[in-house]
Formats: sequence, C-alpha cells, structure tokens
Amino acid sequence: MFDEFYFLQQLINGLTVGSAYALIAIGYTMVYGIIGMINFAHGEIYMIGAYTSLIVITGLAALNPVWLPLVLLVALICAMIVSSSMGWAVERVAYRPVRGQHRLIPLISAIGMSIFLQNYVHLAQGSRNIGFPSLIDGGFTFGTSEGFQTTISNMQLTIFATTLVCMTLLSLFISRSKTGRACRAVSQDRKMSSLLGIDTNRIIAATFVIGAALAAVAGLLLGMYYGSIDPLFGFIAGLKAFTAAVLGGIGSIPGAMLGGLILGVAESFTAGYLSSEYKDVVSFSLLILILLFRPTGLLGKPEVEKI
Amino acid sequence: MVARNFGHALFCAMITLIISYPIVGFDLVFTGLSLELQQVEAGTIAGILLAVAAVFVFQLFRPAIMGTLARLVGLNPLANRPPMEQNKRLKLERGALTIIVLLALIWPFMASRGAVDLATLVLIYVILALGLNVVVGLAGLLDLGYVAFYAVGAYTFGLLSQYLGVSFWVALPLGALLAALFGFVLGFPVLRLRGDYLAIVTLGFGEIIRIVLNNLTSITGGPNGIGGIPDPTLFGMEFGRRVKEEGNASFHEVFNLPYESVHKVIFLYLITLVLAVFTLVVIRRLIRMPVGRSWEALREDEIAARSLGLSRTAVKLSAFTIGAFFAGFAGTIFASKQGFISPESFVFLESAIILAIVVLGGMGSQIGVILAAIAVTILPELAREFSEYRMLIFGAAMVMMMVWRPQGLLPMRRIHVQLNRLE
Repeated sequence: MFDEFYFLQQLINGLTVGSAYALIAIGYTMVYGIIGMINFAHGEIYMIGAYTSLIVITGLAALNPVWLPLVLLVALICAMIVSSSMGWAVERVAYRPVRGQHRLIPLISAIGMSIFLQNYVHLAQGSRNIGFPSLIDGGFTFGTSEGFQTTISNMQLTIFATTLVCMTLLSLFISRSKTGRACRAVSQDRKMSSLLGIDTNRIIAATFVIGAALAAVAGLLLGMYYGSIDPLFGFIAGLKAFTAAVLGGIGSIPGAMLGGLILGVAESFTAGYLSSEYKDVVSFSLLILILLFRPTGLLGKPEVEKI
Repeated sequence: MVARNFGHALFCAMITLIISYPIVGFDLVFTGLSLELQQVEAGTIAGILLAVAAVFVFQLFRPAIMGTLARLVGLNPLANRPPMEQNKRLKLERGALTIIVLLALIWPFMASRGAVDLATLVLIYVILALGLNVVVGLAGLLDLGYVAFYAVGAYTFGLLSQYLGVSFWVALPLGALLAALFGFVLGFPVLRLRGDYLAIVTLGFGEIIRIVLNNLTSITGGPNGIGGIPDPTLFGMEFGRRVKEEGNASFHEVFNLPYESVHKVIFLYLITLVLAVFTLVVIRRLIRMPVGRSWEALREDEIAARSLGLSRTAVKLSAFTIGAFFAGFAGTIFASKQGFISPESFVFLESAIILAIVVLGGMGSQIGVILAAIAVTILPELAREFSEYRMLIFGAAMVMMMVWRPQGLLPMRRIHVQLNRLE
C-alpha cells in the first residue's frame, strides 16, 4: 500500500528535523575544518541552549507577555548568548591547552567535557525530562486521501524559516566579512595565516562561538518541536549531527546542510515505514557505511597524508 | 601588568556568570500543571558569585599565580631526580603486582559480604580495563563502544542459560569467543579508518547493539532483561541452600558445613580473581611478544611501521579482537554475579568509565590501570554523600588529566637497553 500523501508527510517531517540537524552539524564541521578535532561536547552545548531557552520562556511567561514572537526572540537571543559563552569557555579550558597534541588527547578531553556538562545540567536541573510548551500551534492541511491528511504545522514552517535565515546569515558572514575570510584562511593553512597577521587563537574561538550559537538555535527549535527536554538529549542529537556532518563531507559547510537534510529524511522514512525504534540504528548504520565507502563524504575533499 | 589583565579578567568573570547563572540559578518547578521558574536558595547564588570572583582574581593575577606555582614545583626535591633504574623498577612493579594479588587472595576471608561483593565488581572492571588497555593504550585505537563486547559476553551467557540451560563454565569461553568474533567482524572493515572516525564508528556500534538488545523483545526480553542466570558451580557442587539441578550436589552438604550465603559470594570473587590474574598474565606476555611490539610500533608511527612491513589490518585486528575477548570474559562473569542483565547496564557511560580508568591509570601501563580501576570503583562507594557528583568529577578529571598529565598517573615505560658512551 503506497500512499503518496503519507510519503509526503514523512518527507516534510524528515526535512524539518533534518534542517535542525544541519544547524548542529555546522558546529562540528566548522571546528573540524579549522583544527581537525571532533568537538564531542557540541551536543551538550545544544542541550544547554534548549535548557536556557526554556528557562527564559518560563520566566517571561510569568510576566504575562503581550506578543509571542518577542518572547521567542528574547529566548533565542539569551540561549545563543549562554551557549556561545559555553562554547568559548569549553574551547579555552579543555581544547586550547591540548591543541597540537596526538589526535586522541583532544578527543578524550572532549569526551570528559561532554560528561561534565551533562552532569552539570543534571545536577542543576534534575534528570527527569521537562515538558517544553509548544507555543506555536496550528498548521495547514492539504492533500487528503482515504483516511490520511498531509499537514505542515506552523512549528515546522518556523523551523524551516529560522534555519533558512541562519544559513543565509552564516554564508554571508563566511563569504563577506573580514572574520569570515580569516576563518577560511585559517582552515586552509593555520601556520601561514598566522604568519600573515591573523590572530588564529581568536579565529578558532570565533568558530566555536558561531557553532555554539547555531546549536542554541537548534536547541530552541527542536526542544519545542519534540515537546520535552532532559540532560541526555544532547548526546544522541550530537551523534546524529556528527553523522550528518560526515555524510556531507566533514569540513564543508554546504555538506553539513545537505547531510542534515538527508539524515533527517532517512530517519523519518525509517520511522514511518519500518519502526521508530530502529531509526537510530539506521542513522548509525548510515554513518558506518559512509565512513567505509566514502570517508570524505558527499561534498568533502579527500585528505592527503603528507610525510 | 595588572592593568593590562583587567579587561581580560573582567571578560572571563562575565563569561563565568553567563554560563552558570541561568542554568544553576533557576529551578524549573512544576506547580500543578504549569511550569514555573523559582530562584534557588541564597547559598547557591553565593556560590556562583564566589566562583565568578575566583575566576576574576585568578585571571587578574594569573602570571603571578602561575609563577608561584611553577616555583613551588621547582622546590619539590623529587622533581628532578633521575628515573629509576630499569631492573629496580621492574622488580618493584613485579613486587607490587604480587602484593596486590596476595592481598586480594586473603581479602574475602576478612571482609564483610558487601565488601567482597564490591571487590568482585572491582575485579570485573580490572578485567575490562586491562582489555581496553590493549586496544586504546597499546594499539592506540580509541574504542568508544567497548561496552558492546561486554554486552555480547553477558547476553551470550544469559541467552544460552535461558534457552539451552548452559552452565557458567561452558558459557565463559563461549561468551569470550563470541565477543572476540564480534570484534573481528566489526574490526575488519572499520580498522582502516583514521583514529577519530574509528572512535565514532565504535560508539555507533555500541549504541546499535544496545538498541537491538532493547528492541528484540521476543528473544532478549527487551528492557525487562533476562533473569534467573545461574551461579557458577564448583565441580558440580552448587552454592544454593537447595540443589536446583538434577545430579548436582550442594557445597555445604559435601563439606559438612552449615549453609552460609557468603560462600557463594566468596566463590564468585575467587573465580573473578583467577580470571583477572589470567587476563593480567596473558596480556603481560603478549606485550613482550612480536605482536605486542607491533601494536606499539603502529601506534607510534603508522607510516614508519607499515614501511617496515607490518600489516596494518592484521596488527590492529589482533588488538581489537583480543580486547573484545576479555570484555566478553568480564561480561559472562558480570551476568553470573548479577543473575540478571538488561540493556540498562550497557550504556555509553559504561564505556566512558572504562576509558576513564585506562586514561587515568596511564595508557598502556598495567599497574596504573589496575590501581585506577580500584580507585574509580571504590572511591564513589566511600564518599557516598558525593555520589551524585561522581560523574561530574569524572568528566572534570578526564579533562584535567589530558591537560596536565596526558600520559596518566603511572605512565608506561618500555623496557629498553641503553649503551653507555665510552669515555
């Protein structure tokens, strides 16, 4: 039984989640592109963004706000500030001192940081999951077949729109601004760009801050979309986003966007046509297969090992 | 100097405030159906402000403080001593290992039942950490899904005993071999990957195993797990009050002892001890064999090792398979000790704890890893009031070790021969 409207619905759901994954994946891919390490704690930064926005929304709700978009905007900005500060602090404390050492050392440091941040939020806010109020409701229904309707909710439209705005701003920033140009230079050749007068430490810190800010946006959006958050929810989302980054070719920003969308759709089809329990299995299997058969990802450049 | 640092110190203090105040300073509380925000008590707020002030003062006087610290380290008379002579160090290490094993042998007859139970758990972690030490410490392959092989061992015993009534002694080698097979099959394709990709793939594999165990409800019981896993027997003697299986005798009747439940705990402890010593000795031998040397060679410089004719796949695969084998061992003992297993016991955090043990102990160093396994398992039990901070401290300790002492507490030293220069 093939129902094109059911198919369309799964596609829409997949693209929604996928675009949020893409936002998180950008943080992984930018950091990898610039210093060649996997920022394992990135999922936790995303989780902290979700928590901060929930705290701000709850705090503002007590004041009887008049205009909902304003509340969301304030929450978004606060979450971005807190997450970016966290990203900066994490880079400063856990990554900068071990930069340039053997590959495994920054990675283990990052795993430690990830455990630390999970438990930091766990101790501060408890381990149970907290309901995230869905402030945006309603939606459009179209295309009805026997017993099934395809719906795009306003929440999904918000996610698309926000992601689109963020991606456009990021592309403009990377391609037009002075810092963006410096970012590209550092990712091509760190030593050379520092010789040419670019403060590489500042640029690397900026990469972490930008990635963290985008992760905070994703935290607010996905927190609201799923309707509940807990201190562990950054872990799986981080893995998924990492998968997306690898899928698209790690180090490449358009690749992260593409990878996020593909992963989201693949997951949604698994949940829709097979079983939702196995959607994580499918995305991890996808990761393993991609790494085995095309380690550079879809849009990545092959890495040449020099002796 | 201070004036120049002022801006930076202020910035750092601000960042500290921003990352701690919103998360720690407010509590999300459910009142009835609605979510409300509450200020936490004044003490916590004071703590946050204190932390902010501490960061500010530290950053302001950072050069002075670091200078003093460096001088303090310089004052330590032991800091610059020449390294211990090799045969002396080897003798010391061998002596320390013997003492640890001897202490472990008399331990169950002096301690309470709970302490022996805990010691069994410590030994299981020792086996796991020694196994992971081969993969991470010696071969330099970061395996974040080590717990998957532990799960394979435990579930092999659980399923075999449930469906076929297989006993512990048959399941022990089977579990280990099956785990090794899993390691081999997984390792074959993925070991070509570079270090950090390998870490993520093994992590994904660990999650896949756990999710599959959780969802194959008809076979594994899903989240409810498998119960009623039998205890080990001693030459057909059971340790229960009554004999469960036809043809078995019971331990206390054969030896004419009054029934005591502690016998079983001690017996299990001794089995685990024997297996831990077995693991230790086998790996100790392997390190000095050509295969062990090639693990280290490949870790140190892959290109050089390959150009000297080492097969990358074969060497890495041997380390991966041997590591998985011992995880399967530990898993079988764990299943028998608990009598009940569920996917809950095999989450990523468990992999991270075992990795933390290896990292803290000093990658590659066996004695370091054993001491770290003991410390990591026992310290949280001793400081129960801090138990909720356990993982927080773990995470922080992993970061600090990497920053300050990436070689671990007791780093491994290779046995070497040095020729003295002729005068």
